[in-house]
Amino acid sequence: MRNLIKILDLSVEEIDEMIAVADDIMAHPENYYEACKNKTLATLFFEPSTRTRLSFEAAMLGLGGNVLGFSEASSSSATKGESVADTIAVVGGYADIIAMRHPKEGAPMVASMHSSVPIINAGDGGHFHPTQTLTDLLTIHHEKGRFDGLTVGLCGDLKFGRTVHSLIEAMSRYPGVKFVLISPEELKVPSFVKQTYIKDKGIPYKQSTSLEEVIGELDILYMTRVQRERFFNEEDYLRLRDCYILTQEKMQLAKPDMIVMHPLPRVNEISTLVDDDPRASYFRQARYGKFIRMALILKLLKEAENNEN
Amino acid sequence: MRIDSIKDGIVIDHITAGKAMQLYQMLKLDRLDCQVAIIKNAASKLHGKKDIIKIDSSIEINLDVVGYVSPHATICIIRDGVVNEKKHLELPHTLTDIISCKNPRCITTTERGIQQIFELSDPEKGEYRCAYCDTKAENK
Repeated sequence: MRNLIKILDLSVEEIDEMIAVADDIMAHPENYYEACKNKTLATLFFEPSTRTRLSFEAAMLGLGGNVLGFSEASSSSATKGESVADTIAVVGGYADIIAMRHPKEGAPMVASMHSSVPIINAGDGGHFHPTQTLTDLLTIHHEKGRFDGLTVGLCGDLKFGRTVHSLIEAMSRYPGVKFVLISPEELKVPSFVKQTYIKDKGIPYKQSTSLEEVIGELDILYMTRVQRERFFNEEDYLRLRDCYILTQEKMQLAKPDMIVMHPLPRVNEISTLVDDDPRASYFRQARYGKFIRMALILKLLKEAENNEN
Repeated sequence: MRIDSIKDGIVIDHITAGKAMQLYQMLKLDRLDCQVAIIKNAASKLHGKKDIIKIDSSIEINLDVVGYVSPHATICIIRDGVVNEKKHLELPHTLTDIISCKNPRCITTTERGIQQIFELSDPEKGEYRCAYCDTKAENK
């Protein structure tokens, strides 16, 4: 069974194909209105995430399919002590494909080991969030027109920010990419990620604690939120949450064609005054998420059908 | 020092010096009724010192445990007082239910009946990572 647990489950060629499908959906949505007729997507959100869940549901509805599920663990049998394996075994009888978010790292992998239908990881703790990365890639494709030769700045919580790790993994496969890692000491990219996807591949990179010093070098600035739910200690969260705030003044130091991305939701790491800057891509980015999820659902359902035949 | 020779059993030789007790515990040799001898800091031409475990019974040994703790160890199967078979080990690619993940955010901390799976991520350093959450295994 083909699943999407981490972004590297997809080859560069497969991502290119999905981007082409997403482009076609954006151009001709009417051609896809019945593409998933009589198919059901289950959205199992053991951790609340309105944005991602709605994006999945909008994607399935846009394909003419049905949606069922729950939006937090308290409204599921998890509160009664049901295991992930049991939940998936049951839901697999009601749905053709499952999108799952869970606070525990590796939960979607466990689900994939017990599922009779494709599993999409919609975020597992601070670990992976591959559909956000697909969204990011579609955004870069549309806003920059290419993946190669880009200088990508990642700013904020690079330690717990799973979207950051997945984007580094994905972008490290394209030639000529450079990374600029901007974070406080406590929230640096984990050494395993840096070693495996940057150093071992010989990719040029720079680390900085100052956004102002490096913003002028960037083609893409990927801002992240410091997430309260990833900290065991409230004091650490309060100390680190406001370490980078993107303002109009800092945007004046950036290239005229740099784009600002953010996986959203934003708290206060990007001033609302930046929203009107044409380089602010984050709301367009959220819209792209629906189309790439449509392409992903189509791909996994098609492969599941081919497996059955 | 004299240890009676084995007629039918197993000798785990060339164990990294100091690792015999860890192996003894991980292989659960304390549960055996037969004689088990642990020789620490025996002379080794290759490494100066080594540990040896002699088991006076033909039991099944989990080779992945031995390969993980001491990848240069050898296992000699003794039959009728002679070496019947000698196995050279290496770091196993996958460890199943041998070590457990210490990441409190890992699904293995809450999911019942789940196998603990670690995969070899860096053969040079002998580094393993949890297959579920990618957390590095603690030092052996």
